[in-house]
Amino acid sequence: MTEDPSIVKTAELSCPACDEVVYAGEEFCEACGHRLSDEPPVVASPVAPAGACAGCGASAIDADGYCEHCGLRQPAERDHLEVELPGPGRPLAAGASDRGRRYSRNEDSIALTAYAGGVAAVVCDGVGSSPNPDEASLAAARTGAAELAAALEGGADAETATHEAVLKAAAAVAALAPSPDSAPSCTYVSAVTGPGTVTVGWVGDSRAYWLAAPAAGSAGQDTADLDTADLDTAEQNTADLDTAGRGTGPVTLAASRQLTADDSWAAIMVARGALSEAEAEAHPNAHVITAWLGADAEQVRPHVRTFAIDGPGTVLVCSDGLWNYFPQAGQIEAIAGDPGADPAGTARTLVARALEAGGRDNITVAVVPVTGRGNGA
Amino acid sequence: MADEPQFTITIDQNKYLPEGGREVHAVLSVESTGGAAGGAPQGSAAEVVIIDTSGSMSYPDTKLRAAVAAAQAAVDALRDGVFFAVVSGANTASMVYPRQAQLVPLDERTRREAKQALGRLTAQGGTAIGSWLRLADQLFDPFQNGVRHAILLTDGKNQHETAEELDAVLYRTQGRFVCDCRGVGTDWEVPELRKVSQMLLGSVGLVADPADLVADFRAMAEAAMGKNVADVALRVWTPQTARVRFLKQMSPSVADLTAKRVESAPQAGDYPLGAWGAESRDYHLCVEVPPGEVGKELRAGWIKLVVPGAPGEEPRVLATANVLAGWTDDPAQSTRMNPRVAHYTGQAELADAIQEGLQARKDGDLDTATARLGRAVQLAGEAGNDAITALLRKVVDVEDAATGTVRLKRNVDKVDEMSLDTQSTKTVRTRKGEG
Repeated sequence: MTEDPSIVKTAELSCPACDEVVYAGEEFCEACGHRLSDEPPVVASPVAPAGACAGCGASAIDADGYCEHCGLRQPAERDHLEVELPGPGRPLAAGASDRGRRYSRNEDSIALTAYAGGVAAVVCDGVGSSPNPDEASLAAARTGAAELAAALEGGADAETATHEAVLKAAAAVAALAPSPDSAPSCTYVSAVTGPGTVTVGWVGDSRAYWLAAPAAGSAGQDTADLDTADLDTAEQNTADLDTAGRGTGPVTLAASRQLTADDSWAAIMVARGALSEAEAEAHPNAHVITAWLGADAEQVRPHVRTFAIDGPGTVLVCSDGLWNYFPQAGQIEAIAGDPGADPAGTARTLVARALEAGGRDNITVAVVPVTGRGNGA
Repeated sequence: MADEPQFTITIDQNKYLPEGGREVHAVLSVESTGGAAGGAPQGSAAEVVIIDTSGSMSYPDTKLRAAVAAAQAAVDALRDGVFFAVVSGANTASMVYPRQAQLVPLDERTRREAKQALGRLTAQGGTAIGSWLRLADQLFDPFQNGVRHAILLTDGKNQHETAEELDAVLYRTQGRFVCDCRGVGTDWEVPELRKVSQMLLGSVGLVADPADLVADFRAMAEAAMGKNVADVALRVWTPQTARVRFLKQMSPSVADLTAKRVESAPQAGDYPLGAWGAESRDYHLCVEVPPGEVGKELRAGWIKLVVPGAPGEEPRVLATANVLAGWTDDPAQSTRMNPRVAHYTGQAELADAIQEGLQARKDGDLDTATARLGRAVQLAGEAGNDAITALLRKVVDVEDAATGTVRLKRNVDKVDEMSLDTQSTKTVRTRKGEG
C-alpha cells in the first residue's frame, strides 16, 4: 500500500486484490470478484415489509406501532436485521443482528464495508447498565466502519487503520454523553481482511473468530475433535502473542480459533491463574467487562492483532449473545454451515441457533469468507 | 371547554406472561385535575332530590323532619342556575317542587319555595323505589347533555313493587343519571340499595342517626356541584380473539362494570363511568388474550377515556393508555405480580367475603359466616384497610388476624352489621411505597 491516496485511485486499472487488469466502470474484479467501487459502510436494513402487520398481515398499524387488528407490537427496525455486501457470484460478507428473547430492544450494532483490499466488519454491543446503549453501539459501529474504509482506501496499513478507527469510534460514543454520570457505552470489535491477512481490533468482550474451511473428505465429528485440540494450542499462541508483542511476525491461521481475548473479569482471572476457565465462567462476575467505549471509560487502549492467512476460511465477528452459547470456535464451526458459499445463510443460522439456545442477550454476527492468500476478500 | 379538567390514565401492570399465559391484569388510574373551581359544567347541571315519604318515615316523626331538613340543606348547597326538582316517594312518586313534572332553574325564589314545600311534607303509604326513579328519569330527560345527579333517601324495603319491576326500571335508567342512595334507620335492605346505587353509578350509605342526614346531604349536593364533565366512559379496545374478562372500579369503592359494556367501535366497548369533577378513580381490567410465543409483545388493551361529542360527531378522546402483554420464558419476570394489581385483587375479595359472610350469618349458616368473615379480617389487615377492620371487630371477635381466626359475636347491633355491609365495597389505595 502507498501513502498517497491519489495513486490508489489510478490503480483501479488493476485489481488491488489480485493484480488482474480491470476496466473503469466495472464494479467487481472479473478474476477474483473483489469489489472495485467505493462504497459507504453498509449498516443493515429491515427485513419486515412496512405497512402490514408482521403477525396477522392486516394493514392497520397505528402510530404507536401496534396492529389495530391483533394488537401485535410491530418489530422495531433493529429487532431483526440482516445485511449483505454484494459481490459477483457470492456476497463478500454478510451479517445478522437480533433482539433476542429477553430484551425489549436490540442494543447491538453491525456495520460492513468493502474497501479496495478487502472487507471491514464492525460489531458493537451496547452496555446494558448505561443509558441509551443502543445509540452508543450504533455510533461506534458506523464511525468505526467509515473510519476503517477511509483510512484503508487512503493507504493506511490495517493495524494503524484499526487502531485509529477504534479511537474515532470511542470519541463518537463519548460525544453522546450529556455528562460523565450519564455515559452511553458499548463494546467494539472489528476485523479487516486483506490479501493474506486479517487484522482484528477490540475493546470489551465482543469477539472475532477464525473458522477454518472444512477439509475435504473429513467427517464432521473428526473435524470438531481436531479443532478443539488445536484450539488449546491456538489459545496458547494468543497468550504468547500478548507477552511477546508483535515483533515475531503474524501467526498463520490454520484450525478454527478465537482471535480476540476478552476485556472481562473472567479473562483477567484466568490470565492471572487465579481461577480455571470453568470456575471463572461460573462466577457471577464472569461477564463483567473491564474496558469499553464511553465518556466514563478510562483511556481507551485498543487491542490490535494481525494474523496471516494461507488457506480458505471465514472470519466471524460477534457479540456475546452468540458466544455465550457457543464459546469455542469448534462449536461455532460445527453449526456454521458453509460460510464460504453462503455467508448470509451462516449469519442467519448462527443467530437462529443462539435464539433456540435461549436468546438471553442481543445476538449479532458478521461473516466474512476469505479464499486464501493472494485472493483478497 | 377551556375550563375542562385534564384527564390522565396511568397503567400499573406486569406485562409479562409465562409461555401459554392468557390473562392480562392491569390497574388503570384515571385522574382529572384542573378545571374551574366549583365546576363549570358543560350543558346545564340538573339535580333531583328524592325523599321517602312512606308511612314509616313518621315512626318516629323525627325521621321525616330530619329528611326534610336534609333535603333543604341540599337545596341550599346547589349552585344558582342549576335545574332542580324535589320528589317525594311512597307507593308512587309525586312532585314536591315545582308542582309540574319538570326541572326549574334555581334562584332565590325557587330555592325559598322549594324549602317551603318540603316543610309541608307528610308521610303516608308504602315504598316503590322503581316508580320514584322513573319520575326522576322523566325529569332529567331534556337535560341529557349536562351533569345529571339524583339523591335518593329511603328508610325501608322496596315492598310495594316486585324486584322485577325495580330491575326493569334500573335497566332502563342506567346511564341516564347518577344516583347516590342513602338509607336511614335500620329497616332497609343493604343489598337492594347497593344494587340501585351500582346500577346508577352512585354511592350507597347508611345514616343511622337522622340527625346526621343534614351534613350528609349537604356533602352529596356539594360533591355533585363539583362534577363538570358528564357521561365519561372508558373505551376498551382488545385484540381480535381477545375479550375483557372483567372491568371493576376499585377505588374509591368496588363496583363491577363488566356487564355495563356497550359495543362502540370495532373490537371496542364503552364502560360508563358517570360524571367527573377533580378526582381520581382506579379500575382493575382483566383481558384474556390468545397465548403467544415467547418474545412476542401485544397491545392487550387500548384504553381511551371518552365523552360524547357534539351532536352528530364522534366521541371526544380525553386520554389514552396501553395495557400490554409480553410472553417470556423467564419465571422471574412472569411470576412477579404487580403490587397494585395484587392489592386490588385482595380488596375485591374482601368485599365479597364480607357480603357473603353477612348473608350466611343472616341465613343461619354459621360455619360459612365464620370462615368468610375470618378471611375478611385477614384481607383487611393485609391491605391496611383500618376502617373495615374496625367495623369487622364489631361483628366478630378476632383471635388471630394474620390467619383469619375469628368467632362470631353473639349479639351484634343491627346498625353495626348494616354499616359493615354498606362499607364493604370501600377500598383503600395501596399504601405508600408499595405502588
